[in-house]
Parts: sequence; C-alpha cells; structure tokens
Amino acid sequence: MGTRFWQTLRLGLKSLLLHKLRSGLAILGIFIGVTAVIWLVAMGEGVSYQAQQQIKDLGANNIIVKSAKPPSDVTRGGGFVMAYGLLRDDYDRIVANVPTLLQAVPMREIHKEARYLNNVTDARIVGCTSKYLDMNNLAMARGHFLTDKDLEAAENVAVIGHETAKALFPYQDPIGEFIQIEDQFYVVVGQTESKTPSAGIGGSLSAQDYNSDIYIPLTTLRWRIGDMVITARSGSREGEMVELSQITVTVRDIEQVDQTAEIIESLLQRFHSNPDYAIVVPKELLRQAEILQMMFNLLLVLIAGIALLVGGIGIMNIMLATVTERTREIGIRRALGAKQRDIVSQFLSETVVLSATGGALGVFFGFLVNPVISGTRFAFGKVFPDVLAAMPANIRDLEPRIAVWSVVAAFLISVAVGVVFGLYPAQRAAKMDPIEALRHE
Amino acid sequence: MKLAAQVVDVHKDYVLKGGIVVRALRGVSIDFPEGDFVAIMGHSGSGKSTLLNVLGCLDRATRGSYVLGGEDVSRLDDDDLSDIRSRFLGFIFQSYNLIPQLTVVENIELPLYYQGNTSSAAKRRCIELAKMVGLGDRLDHRPFQLSGGQQQRVAIARALVNNPHVILADEPTGNLDSATGEEIMQMLESLNAAGKTIIMVTHEPDIAARAHRTLRMRDGLLESHSPTGALS
Ligand SMILES: Nc1ncnc2c1ncn2[C@@H]1O[C@H](COP(=O)(O)OP(=O)(O)O)[C@@H](O)[C@H]1O
Ligand SMILES: [Mg+2]
Repeated sequence: MGTRFWQTLRLGLKSLLLHKLRSGLAILGIFIGVTAVIWLVAMGEGVSYQAQQQIKDLGANNIIVKSAKPPSDVTRGGGFVMAYGLLRDDYDRIVANVPTLLQAVPMREIHKEARYLNNVTDARIVGCTSKYLDMNNLAMARGHFLTDKDLEAAENVAVIGHETAKALFPYQDPIGEFIQIEDQFYVVVGQTESKTPSAGIGGSLSAQDYNSDIYIPLTTLRWRIGDMVITARSGSREGEMVELSQITVTVRDIEQVDQTAEIIESLLQRFHSNPDYAIVVPKELLRQAEILQMMFNLLLVLIAGIALLVGGIGIMNIMLATVTERTREIGIRRALGAKQRDIVSQFLSETVVLSATGGALGVFFGFLVNPVISGTRFAFGKVFPDVLAAMPANIRDLEPRIAVWSVVAAFLISVAVGVVFGLYPAQRAAKMDPIEALRHE
Repeated sequence: MKLAAQVVDVHKDYVLKGGIVVRALRGVSIDFPEGDFVAIMGHSGSGKSTLLNVLGCLDRATRGSYVLGGEDVSRLDDDDLSDIRSRFLGFIFQSYNLIPQLTVVENIELPLYYQGNTSSAAKRRCIELAKMVGLGDRLDHRPFQLSGGQQQRVAIARALVNNPHVILADEPTGNLDSATGEEIMQMLESLNAAGKTIIMVTHEPDIAARAHRTLRMRDGLLESHSPTGALS
C-alpha cells in the first residue's frame, strides 16, 4: 500500500480518462445497479416500517378477540334479528380462566348519529372501560377520560374524538355540554387528541380512525342503547344483536401470547358453535410482516444481483476491448520489465476504479431517495391530483428508509463486481506473449 | 576482457500447428565484450529478430546458453526474465513504442517502476536523462505531441534509465528521415563512447557501418563476422 499502489491507481485513472465516453458507459451500469439496490431496499424498509409500526400500535402483548358476522344462515335465534358475536359471559370466562392474563378490555361499538343543537355527525359510539385510552395509545386534549366510577354508575358521560368535536362544536369548548345520541343526552367530559388513522393490515384488521369516536361507559351503552341495532334497508328491517364487539386481552410476557391465544380459542369454542368471532394476534402479524419483508428483501437482492451482473458484464466487455486495443502497450510494458502480475494489477485496478466510481456515484444518488420520492410525489400530485388521492395510503405516504446495510453491501458488491469481472480481461492481458504483443498494430 | 553478454550454441525452434518445426536459430555463438557496438544484418527471415528477442530475454532459447552480465539467464522463468529486463536491458524499437497516455518523464520511468523503484531520486534521474537527450523543455509532453525523432530520443532515455548491461536496438532509425536518423546514430555513438554495449539490428549498410563490427545472419546461422573496416 505504498506509492506504488497509488501510482498504479493514478495511471489506471489516466488510461480511463483517455476514453471518457467508454469509461462513463461502463460506470453507468454499476451506478444504476447500486442506486437501484439502495432505493428499492429503502422503499421496502419504508413500507415494512409503516406496517410494523401499525402492528406494534396494536400491542405485541395483546390478543384481540373480535365479533365477526357469520354467514347469515347460521345465526343464533331466528327471525329478522341476527344474534352473534362475543358475549359478556365470554368476557367473564376469559377473566376467570386465563391464568396468564394481565388485563382484558371489553368494548362494544355501534355507529349512530350524534347531535348538538343543530349540528349532526355520524360517529362510532364506543362503549368501553377506563383502560381503553391507554390501550389504544390515545391521549387527552381536554378534560379526562371515562373513569371506573362512571362505569359502575353507568353515567351518561361521553369523551369525544377530534373530528367529532370539530363537527359538533366548531366554535366552542365541548366540555360540560350535552350531546344527544338517540333519545339520550350525555355530558361531554373530555376530548381526545387527533390521531393519525392506521391503515389496514391485510384482511384481519381493517383501518381504524379514532377521530370520529364518541366514548361512553360500556355499562351505559348496554342500558341506554342496548345490544340490538336495527337498520332499515330497502324496505325491510334488519336487526343485529351483539353483546361485545371486541375483547382485548393483554398478557404479561410476549412469550405467553401464543399459548394464551390457544386457551382463549378453546374456551370460546365450547360456547360458540358458529364461527362468529375471530382471534387476531398482532405478534403473529408482526412475524408475518417480518417474513414478508425478508422475502421482499430476498427478491430485491435478486434484482440487484441481476442489475450488478449486467453492469459487471458491461465492464468486462469494455475491459476486453480495452485489452485488445492496448495489446501493444502490454507488450511494451512487458519488454520493460512488467511481470504478469503487474499487468494483472494494472488492468484490475482500472476495472475496480471503474466499478468503485460507479458504486460511489450510486451511493451518492442512493442517499437522494427521499428528496426524489417526495419531489416526484409533489410533481405527480400537481399533474394528477385525483390519481394521487386515490392511491393507497401506505404508497401515498411512503417514506423510504435508507438501510445502512444496503449502502455498505451495494458498494462492496460493486467493488467485488470490478474484481470478478476484471479478472478475466486482466488475465488475458497478462498471458499475452510479449513478442507478439509488441508486433501488434 | 569482460563480457557484457555471451550466447553459446543457441537454437530456437518454433513448433507450428500441425507439428511443423521452424528452426529460426540453428546454433549461434557470439561474445559481446563490454563496450561493444554490433550491427546485425541479414535477409528477412534470417533470424535477426529471433536472436534479438533471445538477447533481450523476451524469449528463451530452445537449446544453448545465454550469459548476461555474468549470470546464466537461459533457464529462468517468466518472472525472473521480467526482472532481468527491467534491471539489465535497454530496448530501442523501430516504432519508438512509447505509451501514449504517459508523459515523457513517465515513459522514461517505466523500467524503474517495474523494478519497484518509485523514489524521488528515480524521478530526478528521469528528468536528467530527458534533459540529456534534449527534451528538458518537454517533460510533461505526451508522445503524440512529439516528432518521431523526439520520440526516439525519449526511447533512448528510457533505455538508459536502468543503467543496463546491454542496449538492444531493432532498426532504431527505420522510421526516421536521414537527418533525424543521423542524430539518433550520433547519440548511440556517444553512448557507446561512454562505455555502453549496443547491439543493433539494421538492414541499412551505412547505418551498420557506424558500429564497430557487423554480424551477418543467414538461415538461422551466423554467416560472417567482419570488423567495420573490412566492410567499408
Ligand atoms: N512466433 C513465430 N512462430 C513461428 N515462426 C516464427 C515465429 N517468429 C519467427 N518465426 C520464423 O523464424 C524465422 C526467423 O524469423 P525472424 O527472426 O523474425 O527473422 P528476421 O527478423 O531476420 O526477419 C522466420 O522463418 C520466421 O518465419
Ligand atoms: Mg525482423
């Protein structure tokens, strides 16, 4: 690694500068390959980060048991009322029989109109307990959340979401005001902070927007609104009878999640002959997301490998041409005392200079992924605002996350490509007969 | 008298595809005393280049021995021969054979570079030699910026840089007009006068006449061995 090394490198660079276009084209292949690797990995990481954040939001220690509407011919009871889903008894059974349980939070949701004076809004009425706030990572903007006392006494109190507050109380503080749901009035005791809606994750969990919620005590919902929901639909009336929409079970240790989910499943199976509930394990989703991410990364590595292979072949092609063209130079150098390995290192260093330059440029442009993506998004939004708005949220809001490993790997691979694909042309140069090389025109 | 180089009964066979053997050298023996200045002449195909290649350690004799500066180099491998070339031999070619992307000084430096000598003393020596051959104001010029005569002078400087036992010149004036050729010959003569051993292939009798003696080759054999005086 002395002056000799730098001299070899410098002379290599000099030879390359002699053919700027050709060297540029050789660099281009590697450059595109490396940039592609960094960009694709960054976008993949961005998407999976989003998904993993959302799943983590659900709580990796949680098991979510939901009521699910079964196919219409297999419901409990008869007539036009369809009864299904989780029962309050299910909740009691879970609390009594699951030894690993830390807490279980029951919840019932109904969509209804809420009214304040002349303002009306469609809201998700959520009957829940005091623990619902923390469990969903919600925060209070004003007042306080429902208390255990409210629940015990089945008080007519309500905590409203950000959008609900905006719709019902555009110009005033909602605390202490009465809102109306059906024939009942509820005093507003708190307002939650706005929360970015989560996107849906696969089929098992749909998107959740907490901003249009109204929270009331679960007991209040039971006594004031009831389990039955009647909807008028095209002349006929349909009723649904659901006691609980969801029970979120939290365990102490993430290791206990799978086992607990099994216990709950077997517990519920005994009392539900129909498939009218679903058990969602966020930890399982997380694992699936990670597996998906791994497969995605594998695919990217494959694509990147192909891109760099093509780049490498381009470099090899150009180096072979260079070697042929410089046959006489090789002869001269050999006559003046260059050993075969001197010729190898000369051409190899030229190839590596090419590929490493391509790699370095690729890394530089790789780091520009965020500005380029947001710039493209901005420009696209200007030209096709509707198309952009119609895109799925996780694509529209994608924030690429540059993975350090991808930058390091892409650069090292580009250098390695130079070595691998430079070796053959360099060997060919070194193996030439000096006398014939000198005679070459 | 000390010998700069000595070949004894050197044979060179080329085996062509199909098994045909071309006997390019068929037993050549010559002594080159230090300070010798020899011209090798002969018809095309007589084996001049082959002999020069053997002398230049670019090729190995099929048979016979070659002693250069007291060392038998006839059985060395490729790496050792490369080493010998960079240390003990200087080459001057008909077509100059400078490397186009390198400057005058860098071209002169090459044999030292391949010896592994990249010191600043080496650089200074190259600059001195460039000045000596009259190119002191062209140090950073590239070959295409120089005339043929100037390029050949760079080649001469390059052939001197490693202080070789023997300078081998293959038609050194072949590509030059007579006036420039004369300049180059004067340069070779003065080098020889300073003690350098020079072996030169040429087909021009008046160029050959400038050497101390002329060797004639025919069909891979040395034909005659005449001192310069006998020719003129
Ligand atoms: N690489 C080679 N392969 C086969 N035959 C060769 C090779 N080099 C030279 N020869 C043959 O050897 C003989 C001598 O060639 P050469 O030394 O080049 O002669 P000169 O330089 O005197 O013209 C010629 O017959 C030539 O064809
Ligand atoms: Mg010849």
